[in-house]
Amino acid sequence: MKVLVTVKEVAEADDDFAIEGTDIAESDLEYDLNEWDDYAVEAAVQLAEAGIADEVVAVSIGPERAEETIRMALAKGADRAVRVWDDAFEGEFADVAAKVSAIEAVVEVEDPDLVLGGVQAADTGFGATGVALAERIGFEHAAVVNDLEVDADADVAHVHRELEGGVEELTDVDLPAVLTVQTGLNEPRYASLRGIRQAQRKEIDAKDLADLGLTAEDVESALAITSMYEPESESDAEMIEGGASEAAGRLAEVLRDKGVSA
Amino acid sequence: MSDVLVVAEHRRGELRDVSYEAITAGRELADARDGDLHVAVIAGDVDAFAEDLNREGVDAIHTVGNGEEFDHNVYQAAIAALLDRTDAGTVVAPNSVNGLDYAPAVAEDRGLPLVTDAIGFEYDGGLTVTREMYGSKVETTVDVDGDRHVLTVRGGEWAPAEGVGDAAVEAADVDLPESGARVTGFEEVGGGDVDIADADVLVSVGRGIEEEENLDLVEELADALGATLSASRPIVDNGWLPKNRQVGQSGKVVTPDVYIAVGISGAVQHVAGMKGSDTIIAINTDPNAPIFDIADYGIVGDLFEVVPELVDEFA
Repeated sequence: MKVLVTVKEVAEADDDFAIEGTDIAESDLEYDLNEWDDYAVEAAVQLAEAGIADEVVAVSIGPERAEETIRMALAKGADRAVRVWDDAFEGEFADVAAKVSAIEAVVEVEDPDLVLGGVQAADTGFGATGVALAERIGFEHAAVVNDLEVDADADVAHVHRELEGGVEELTDVDLPAVLTVQTGLNEPRYASLRGIRQAQRKEIDAKDLADLGLTAEDVESALAITSMYEPESESDAEMIEGGASEAAGRLAEVLRDKGVSA
Repeated sequence: MSDVLVVAEHRRGELRDVSYEAITAGRELADARDGDLHVAVIAGDVDAFAEDLNREGVDAIHTVGNGEEFDHNVYQAAIAALLDRTDAGTVVAPNSVNGLDYAPAVAEDRGLPLVTDAIGFEYDGGLTVTREMYGSKVETTVDVDGDRHVLTVRGGEWAPAEGVGDAAVEAADVDLPESGARVTGFEEVGGGDVDIADADVLVSVGRGIEEEENLDLVEELADALGATLSASRPIVDNGWLPKNRQVGQSGKVVTPDVYIAVGISGAVQHVAGMKGSDTIIAINTDPNAPIFDIADYGIVGDLFEVVPELVDEFA
């Protein structure tokens, strides 16, 4: 079977950051592979290693800068990648439907049996693209999967969905399906030196909307960010100042006062 | 179209609190739009649920009795049918694991704009939603096109609806699809030797500990204080501590006398599991870490310097 894994390069804000307009200043952002997607990549590569997946294709919506991150997925074992970008995405806050339109077009070309992606992106935190994609392309789905076993002969995925409060739901999902992967599903590998070398030779196919038979209208967003600000701290904590020793001393007083001791 | 449809959530025979919170959020939006508030309750003992959901401000309750447990295909079909049959333009669902398993599909199917994880909103001719980004470091306001939407609301942000309403309860007959996703059971996780929910004092460790070897440091602290060791999600994801030590939305909810958060930034999912602690103490290098918002005592500093000193104090 063919597995498509969606990966996103996410931005993380430095401890000290400035807001410019409706976003964090570019100089205060660091880019990395989305943590949840790292688990999705690992799941896909493990399916390949188990002989269940014949090919693992990574797909990402992102500018050229994102190729470094996509190479990480390739270094960890994805076979090749498709990167979608277009001027139409530039400066827009793409909504879920816009992203789904771009990925749908890739799905039409690649024809996967299973699509894996992270539960959410660390930066925007919508947690919705996978399930919306499944609806659009007519796949079954399961959100927030933290245990996965694929039975390729029966065309079914046995999954656990991680519910709130330490309860997991056991569900059988018919393939083809989209599964959104929770952290902790597996242990994502580090890219080996050999993997990193090999990744340099793997293909990242860059496509714009026209290549996919889409227009700017197809990815028009219904959402616009109108302001961004730092939330006011609601803290009424007593901040304990001083060096480590002094602060620990004061904290020990507080703890003894609360009756804490071995 | 100005009406609002709230979707209730239940699991294994119990309504979940987020249902009542979503009713409050839905009522707020319905008021702003001068519309009625509908509540949908799908699967399980819907008649008993409908009685509990009949809170002040609810105008109509629609019961769809089909199956016992959650099935996103059933939810999606039921919500679509109710959108067709009522005047509801906007769907309000909990931003829960199950909410996120059907709400995006409803939005996609109906061609409606979707905003998830709302922590607030305003309606003034158009919908503006407040939500966080960049791991809770910033808040944003998001303008949403059109007058129909799907919105998921974060738990704990709206007060639960109270009182008794005079809603009309109506059983809705809905054609339901054959589902390609079948729930076969549930599993409780996090059993084992220790129940962190029983502890009076918890030393809880997070990503700031950096390496598995460094856990010795917080174990020493827990020993010195006669405390139990717990952790935030990344520590358990890494396999450094077992699942029964995890505090948070997907782990245990704890309410000890003293909770000492060491190297924990305080993501919303973690805070949901420990905010009821009597005294919260946080040690973190980042002065803007959200954990300080709920802490009673805070030290902005390097845990690798502070924790050994604290161990010495109790040695």
